[in-house]
Amino acid sequence: MNPFATLARLVDEAPRRALLLLAAFVAVLLVAPVVLDRYLLSVFFLIFWFATVGQAWNIMMGFCGQLSLGHALYVGLGGYVGALFWVKFGISPAIAIVPAMLVAVAFGAVIGWLGFRFGIEGVYFALLTIAFAEVARIGFDNWSFVGGAAGFFIPVSSAASPVNLRGGPMLFYYVALAMMIIAFILCAALRRSRLGHAWLAVREDAEAARALGIDVFRAKMAAVVISAAMTAVAGVVYAFYQNNLFPSQTFDIARSIEMILAPIIGGLGTLFGPILGAFILTPLGQTLIALVEKIAGRAIPGVNLVFYGAALMVIIWFTPNGVWPWLKKKLGIPEGRE
Amino acid sequence: MTPLLDVQGVTKRFRGLTAVDNVSLSVEEGEIFAVIGPNGAGKTTLFNIIAGAMTPDTGSVTFAGASAVGVQPHELCRRGLARTFQIVRPFPELTVMENATIGAMMRAPDMDAARARAGEVLRQLDLWDRREAKAKSLTLPDRKRLECARALATGPRLLLLDEVMAGLRPTEVDRIVAILREINRSGVTILLIEHVMRATMALAGRIHVLHHGATIAEGTPEEVTRHPKVLESYLGAEAL
Amino acid sequence: MDPPNGMLWSLYANVLVQGVLTGLVYGLMALGLSVIFGVVRVVNFAHGEFAVVGMYAAFVLFRSFGIDPFVSMLPIAAVFFVIGYGLQRTLINPFVSRPEHEQFILLVGLAIIMVNGTLMIFGPDARSANLSYSFDSWEIGAIIVDKVRVYAATAALAVAALLFAFFRFTATGVAIRACADNLVGAAVVGLDVKKLYALTFGLGLACVGAAGALMVTLTDATPMIAPAFTLLAFTIVIIGGMGSMTGAIVGGLLIGIAEAMASVLIAPSMKTMASFGLLVLVLALRPQGLLGRRA
Repeated sequence: MNPFATLARLVDEAPRRALLLLAAFVAVLLVAPVVLDRYLLSVFFLIFWFATVGQAWNIMMGFCGQLSLGHALYVGLGGYVGALFWVKFGISPAIAIVPAMLVAVAFGAVIGWLGFRFGIEGVYFALLTIAFAEVARIGFDNWSFVGGAAGFFIPVSSAASPVNLRGGPMLFYYVALAMMIIAFILCAALRRSRLGHAWLAVREDAEAARALGIDVFRAKMAAVVISAAMTAVAGVVYAFYQNNLFPSQTFDIARSIEMILAPIIGGLGTLFGPILGAFILTPLGQTLIALVEKIAGRAIPGVNLVFYGAALMVIIWFTPNGVWPWLKKKLGIPEGRE
Repeated sequence: MTPLLDVQGVTKRFRGLTAVDNVSLSVEEGEIFAVIGPNGAGKTTLFNIIAGAMTPDTGSVTFAGASAVGVQPHELCRRGLARTFQIVRPFPELTVMENATIGAMMRAPDMDAARARAGEVLRQLDLWDRREAKAKSLTLPDRKRLECARALATGPRLLLLDEVMAGLRPTEVDRIVAILREINRSGVTILLIEHVMRATMALAGRIHVLHHGATIAEGTPEEVTRHPKVLESYLGAEAL
Repeated sequence: MDPPNGMLWSLYANVLVQGVLTGLVYGLMALGLSVIFGVVRVVNFAHGEFAVVGMYAAFVLFRSFGIDPFVSMLPIAAVFFVIGYGLQRTLINPFVSRPEHEQFILLVGLAIIMVNGTLMIFGPDARSANLSYSFDSWEIGAIIVDKVRVYAATAALAVAALLFAFFRFTATGVAIRACADNLVGAAVVGLDVKKLYALTFGLGLACVGAAGALMVTLTDATPMIAPAFTLLAFTIVIIGGMGSMTGAIVGGLLIGIAEAMASVLIAPSMKTMASFGLLVLVLALRPQGLLGRRA
C-alpha cells in the first residue's frame, strides 16, 4: 500500500465542502499559537493528545469491538522506553519511538493472544487488559533501574531541540497536532482498507465474519497490535511533555478510563468522534478545574473527574452512539459517509 | 470424477439423542442438490457439520478432495465453500454495499476489485438500489438475499444455503428461485437445506430426504415424491 | 541462615490462617458482584467504589458516634440495599438490554463520580478505624490469630449464609433464581422481573456494604483503593465462576490465601501480582471459572 497514493485517494473521494472545512480547521490550528498563551497551549496539547490516543483506542473498540480498559499500559511502556533511551543512552526519542512501539506491540500481542486464543470476550477481556496494566504498575513500582515508585525524570534542558522533544509548550503544541492529524489519516486509511473491513465484520458478528473467510483471531490481533503501537508513540510524547513518569499515575486505571472518554463521547467507530470528543471534554474539564480553584480558593483534586463521570452517564443515557453521529444528522451528511 | 462434496457415514449425537444418524451423500460439481426433511430431522446439524461449525462423532466430510472435518470456517471459505445462516446474520450497522464488499474481499486482489465484485453480486440479487442502506433497515426478504449475496461474493465453488426461503411469501420465493438458477448457471454448485417443498422441487436436480436424522430416500424430485417412505413420513399431509 | 523447619511451618500456617480469614471477607464482597451478574446480567463496575463508600460509612459512624463496625454493618447493609433497589429501578434497568459496553460506561461513570466524590469529601489520606481491640489476638499453639480478623470472617460467613438461605428457602429467593435460569419463563408465569432485579441489585449492594464495613476493621480506607477493590471482586468472581455463589466464596478464599502467601513469602508488593497470576491461569485453563458452567 503506497501511503501517498492512499492519501491522494482519500482526498479525492471526500466531498469538496467537507475537505475545505477540514483544511480551514487545520489552517486555524496551525496559526492559532500566535494568539494562544502558555496555558491555552497546554490545553490544546491535551486536546490533541487525547484525540490521538482516543483514535488509537477506537481502532480496538470502535472498529474491532474489543473493549480495552488498560490502554494506559501502552502509554506507560512507550513513555518509559522513550525516556530510558534518552536519559540512559542519549538516544533521541525520534529514534526511540521504534523500540517504544515494539515493546508495546509485544505486550499487546501477549494480551491479545491470551484473550483471543481462548475466546475471552467482552468484560472478561477488559479485565485482562486492566490486569496487565496493574501488573506493569507494580512491576515499575519495584524496578529500581527506572526509579521505582519515586519516579523517573527527564532532565529539562535550556537548549531547545525539537528532534529530541526538548522545548517549550509551542513545540509540544505542534508535535501533538501533527500526531493527531497523522492518527486521523492513518485511521481513515485503515477504515477503508481490507483490514478495516475485516474489523468491522468482526465487531458486528464474528461468527458471520468467519463464514466469509475472515480469520477473526488475526483481525483482532492486528487491532490490538496497531492500537498499542500508536498509543506508545503518544506515550513517548507525553513523557517528554511531563518530564517525569510515576508508575502510580502512568499505569493508573483512571488514566486508562480518561483515554477512552473522548471516542465514546464523540462517537465510537467514527473517525471524527475521538477528535470531537477531545475538543468537547478536555476544555470543559480544564475550565471546571480553573473555576473550582477560583471559587474554592484552592485546587480540589477529583473535581474534573466527577464531571467526566457525570458527562459519561448523561451521554450514554441520551446519545449512546456519541455526539458525532448526532451532529452528522444535523449537518445533513448521509449515513453511509464520514 | 470425484464429487465436489462427499459426506460419508456421518453421525452426531447430543446427550443420547442422535441428531444425524449415519448419513452419506455426495454433491457433484455444477448441480443443485437439496436436503429436505420435517422439523427436527437433523438438517441443520448436518449443515453445520458440512460448514465446519461442528465436528461429527463419526464419519467423514470431504470437500474438493480434502477432508473438511475440524477445518476452521474461514479456511473452508478460502477453499471455496460459502454458507448462509438460517437466522440471517447481516452486519447490521454496515451498509448493504459494505456487507457485500466484506464477502468479496475473500478473492479480490484489492478493495477496488472487491467493491466492483460486490456491486456485481448486488445487481444479481436485486439489491443494488438498496446499496447505501444499513443492513438493519432491510426487510426480511431483502436480508435473506443479502445473506446470499455476501456468501456468493466470496466466489465459492459450493454455496451452502440454510433455509433461505423459509418465511418468504410465494412471490419472493419465486424471485429467489430464479436468482439461484441464474447463480447455478454461472457455475456455482448449490447445496440447499430446505423446508419449503414447492420451490425445492422446482429447483433441485437431486433431493436427499432425512427423517429423525436418518436418510430415507434420495433421487430426482419425481423419484422422491413417489417414494412410499417419503410420502408416509413427510409429504403425507402436504402431497395427498 | 535458614530458620529451623518448625518455625517455617508455623509461618506457613499463620499466613494460611490469615489468608483464609481475609479471603472470607473478600468472598462476601465478590458475592455481591456475582449475585448481581448472575441474575441481572450486568457487571457492576462500581462495585469496589461501593465497598469504599461502605468503609467510609463505617469509619464515620465509628469516629463520630462510636458505633462499632461489627454493629454498623447491619444498618449500612440495609441502607445499601435501599440504594441498590433504587439504582436498579431508575438508572440501571433501562440498560439491562443494552450492549455490554454501554452498561459498562454507565457504571464506570458512576464509579468515577463515587471515587472522586469520596476524594473531595475525605481527601486522599488513608483513614484507619483504630478499634480498641485491633491488636488483640489469640495464640493457638504456634499460630497467632488476630481477633478482628476472626470476627470479620465470622460476620462475612454469617451474611453469606443468610444470603444462601434466602435463595434456597424463601419464595422470593426461589423466584429470583427462576429469573436467572429462564427470564422468558419467569415473565410468562407472572413474576415481576423488574422488581426481582431491583431486589437482587439491592442484595448485591447490601453484601458489598457489609463487606466494606468489615474491611475497615482490617485495612485503612482511602478513595484510591476503590478501583483495586473492583478489580479484586471481579478477579474473584471470574476465578470462582461468573454467577456462581459458592464460586465467589471459594474464589475469595483462594485469592485471600494467594495474596497472604505472596506478600509474606515473596514481597508485600507481590500481593496483587499473585491474584492476577491466578486470574491469568484460570482464564487460560478454565475460562468459565472453577465452579462456573460453560455459557
